[in-house]
Amino acid sequence: MTDGSLSGSAIIRSIKQCGIGTIVAVPDIHTSDGLLHPISVDDEFRLIRVCREDEALGVMSGLTYCDVRSLLLMQHTGLLDSINAIRGVSVRYHMPTCMMVGLLSKEPGVPPSHSNHYDVRIVEPILVAMGIHYVVLETDADLPKIVPCIERAYERSEPVVLLVGRRPVAQ
Amino acid sequence: MMKRDECLQILARHAPDDIVVSVFSAAFDWVKIRPHALNFTHVGAMGLAASYGLGLALGRPNRKVLVLDGDGSLLMSLNTLVTIGSVAPRNFYHFVCKNGTYEVNGGHPIPGAGIVDFAAHARAAGYRNTYVFDDLAQFENEIGAVLEQEGPIFVTLKLVPGAEAEHDYAKLYAEENRLAFKRALAE
Repeated sequence: MTDGSLSGSAIIRSIKQCGIGTIVAVPDIHTSDGLLHPISVDDEFRLIRVCREDEALGVMSGLTYCDVRSLLLMQHTGLLDSINAIRGVSVRYHMPTCMMVGLLSKEPGVPPSHSNHYDVRIVEPILVAMGIHYVVLETDADLPKIVPCIERAYERSEPVVLLVGRRPVAQ
Repeated sequence: MMKRDECLQILARHAPDDIVVSVFSAAFDWVKIRPHALNFTHVGAMGLAASYGLGLALGRPNRKVLVLDGDGSLLMSLNTLVTIGSVAPRNFYHFVCKNGTYEVNGGHPIPGAGIVDFAAHARAAGYRNTYVFDDLAQFENEIGAVLEQEGPIFVTLKLVPGAEAEHDYAKLYAEENRLAFKRALAE
């Protein structure tokens, strides 16, 4: 990993580039300033605020059947809370569920699996065990991973996770 | 109390071609009563039927979406009432089949059986209108007008099992049904 920053606006541009116009979200302080606030005032997005992350899996699958692309923005605790829904909805029924997951408390520059925080450290092994493809966004050098990851979800009709390892800056 | 199959037969006459998401016992009855490509049963995780319905309602705003939820299922995700009340899709009709039990999981009582008022929850969460039916004749007289209203609408159906439909899970969750549903949505 390198030192640096992660541009929220560049992440948002990549999301739009993939034809995603609907964001389903539960707020996360890790991505609040850099992603959710800008998205909430961006007329190009429809923002659906849900109460719990597992709800989002159902909402997004309903949209997918209608050929509407969407992305779920949540914290890693929401991911952990939603494992059964991800299993039953996205994996079982081959849904192209795109999840952008803020790794709150992860130390900058430290790989998630090496974090001192247990809840962060277990995320990657869980995704591996579930057979879910993921990428880690740590700095702007990782931005080129976003579009291929999302497009992979739709090409293969399978869920993907984009782990946001560092707080994105709004610019 | 109404017999579920008799109640759903009436509902089917008022929803011949609408999108219908259904779960568990109601799903087995519904697909027998109204076989249709726009039946969706592949919810995948208990409690998410209304969430699917919300996504479908937003994705197909010109079609009515009916959700036949279970009371045990809805209890797993009561928060979804707030989400739906907030998003407020005008084409969304949420029915809860209230029998007070986890019928396909051993018939155990749900928490709050005989106490919980789902319609009150939905009303407080922002649904446009809510209804409770426990009389078949009244349901038959009024459901047409209920479905003519703009959503989100919530309807509690107080039910007991009627004529037993075959519980063939493999048939209910057949992949071909899911793919047919997607094709039908595209038409």
